[in-house]
Amino acid sequence: MSVKRGAGVKQKGNLGRWWNQRYLQFMVLPGLIWMLVFNYIPMGGIIIAFKKFKITKSIAEAPWVGLQYFKEFFQDSNFSDVMINTMGISLLKLFIGFPLPIIFALLINEIRGIKFKKVTQTISYLPHFLSWVVLGGILTTWLSKEGVINDFLVTFHLLKEPVSFLGNPKYFWGVALISDIWKELGWSAILYLAAITSVDQQIYEAATVDGAGKLQKIFYVTLPSITGTIAIMLILQISGLLNSNFDQILILKNQVNISRSQVIDTYVYQVGMSLGKYSYATAVGLFKSVIALFLLLFANKTCKKLLGRSLY
Amino acid sequence: MKTVKSTHIKRSRGTFIFDTLNTIFMIILCFLCIYPIWYVVVNSFNDAKDAMMGGIYWWPRKFSLENYLTVFADSSVLQAFKITVGKTLLGTAINVFFTAMVAYPLSKSNLIGRKYYMAMGTITMFFAGGMIPTFILFKQLNLLNNFLVYIIPAAFNFFNLLIFINFFREIPASLEESAKIDGAGDWKIFMRIILPLSKPVLATIALFAGVGQWNDYWGGLMYMTNRVDLEPIQTYLYRMVAQVQSSQVAGSISASNITASDTTSTSIKLAAMVITTLPICCVYPFLQKYFVKGMMVGAVKE
Repeated sequence: MSVKRGAGVKQKGNLGRWWNQRYLQFMVLPGLIWMLVFNYIPMGGIIIAFKKFKITKSIAEAPWVGLQYFKEFFQDSNFSDVMINTMGISLLKLFIGFPLPIIFALLINEIRGIKFKKVTQTISYLPHFLSWVVLGGILTTWLSKEGVINDFLVTFHLLKEPVSFLGNPKYFWGVALISDIWKELGWSAILYLAAITSVDQQIYEAATVDGAGKLQKIFYVTLPSITGTIAIMLILQISGLLNSNFDQILILKNQVNISRSQVIDTYVYQVGMSLGKYSYATAVGLFKSVIALFLLLFANKTCKKLLGRSLY
Repeated sequence: MKTVKSTHIKRSRGTFIFDTLNTIFMIILCFLCIYPIWYVVVNSFNDAKDAMMGGIYWWPRKFSLENYLTVFADSSVLQAFKITVGKTLLGTAINVFFTAMVAYPLSKSNLIGRKYYMAMGTITMFFAGGMIPTFILFKQLNLLNNFLVYIIPAAFNFFNLLIFINFFREIPASLEESAKIDGAGDWKIFMRIILPLSKPVLATIALFAGVGQWNDYWGGLMYMTNRVDLEPIQTYLYRMVAQVQSSQVAGSISASNITASDTTSTSIKLAAMVITTLPICCVYPFLQKYFVKGMMVGAVKE
């Protein structure tokens, strides 16, 4: 009797609890519906990678073709270029673009004058808030033969002849790397700076008493204290290794530099939207997502082992 | 005593050199961040033909408002500008309110099903359908060539939701409890207590969402297949940049054969770039203290 009653109360309690928070539940509901429609339905739409889909008919009507489009992509003459560019640009951004904001945050932290520090920070975010379209407009003007960069390099005898930076495939990776660093350096440093400012000041005082110099404090106090933040950012960066910044590359690529500028995302856009090969483009996109997922799992596991930190 | 003093001097000399180099580095960096914008502004205020000769770095050589008058005389630019302002205001307001509304219940650990809802959202941060399935969905929902494509798919953002949740958790529970005793329901508490207390985080998310809307060219490029009048200014700019890109590469622009239309389109581009960028440059220094705090609330905490 008592057991039954207890169970009954509990059951009623759960329902009752739900009823008590019905307004809260109703507030979440639109968010869930939104996610189902705009996140999960497109995920389901990935099945067109395995079907011969035509935009005039529904997905259900399209016949299955199995892995045909994946095979097609691997045999595609663009395959190696697209993969090399995607990986190359991303790895450059990982090895050079990733550590720089950390160094920048360390340097900003060393600035004495509070006002100067604030002004520097504010200015360093500025490019982050400009769109790639606007930056693309500036870059295409500046990097042309008559542009500011060539003027500068030729005036200071760093170059003999003006060079068309966007009109030559061999410069593209460098342009992509430097312009990305320029846009995001200050912004990416915010998180590290936040982590640095939350380090206990007493540790620095203790280090000073022990005779530690500036560099020693940076290496033995600051860096170990922000390892957690660095690890999280590193995992995210590695999992996004195949995202070599679509907006940036779409704007900077052109017919001449395409052999070094076409990456998976721009290829999906070109094949899917310009040529209307929806299924093929989706297969290419899915191939990328699957690799990205493995990279995320791999990075997370490695960080867990090496640094004891992970995303989940 | 003497040795202590000398090491002290030595250290401060090293520090002095470090500080000086650091300051110089920072000044150069600030210059690199600001100058490109200055360059565009200066050139946009210069006579178009004169500007094509180049060499304008610090100040307009032949001051002229002609470029801006041309831009504002072009009805398609004006229309694009209106669309951008409209979608930024509406899209931002809806995104901020909607995301906050969903985040509020999820900030309560006793919400039934919370774990599943959060898992559902977290997956979306790492896995997405991609460009083509999204396009097909929008087509089926009749969002193509529809102003609502800027608003509805951008109404919610899971990353912003996490920032909201972390912020809402800092609000003392006693405030809600006392309101409850006074007979307020959850909705009323959210509207009358939580939202007014959340101004810093609302400002942060509004800035993120607003900049996203303002800078978005993708919506216009991808989903406005035959409604040029609904394109935002960034899409308009994108087309200009892409056009200049291809003509430069084809070698049609060289010092000898600049046509009048090239000159005009370049200067319109510059003026349009200034107009597009100015609002952001004006807004963000004022919001900076908020978004730095907001980023920290959102990201440092796991």
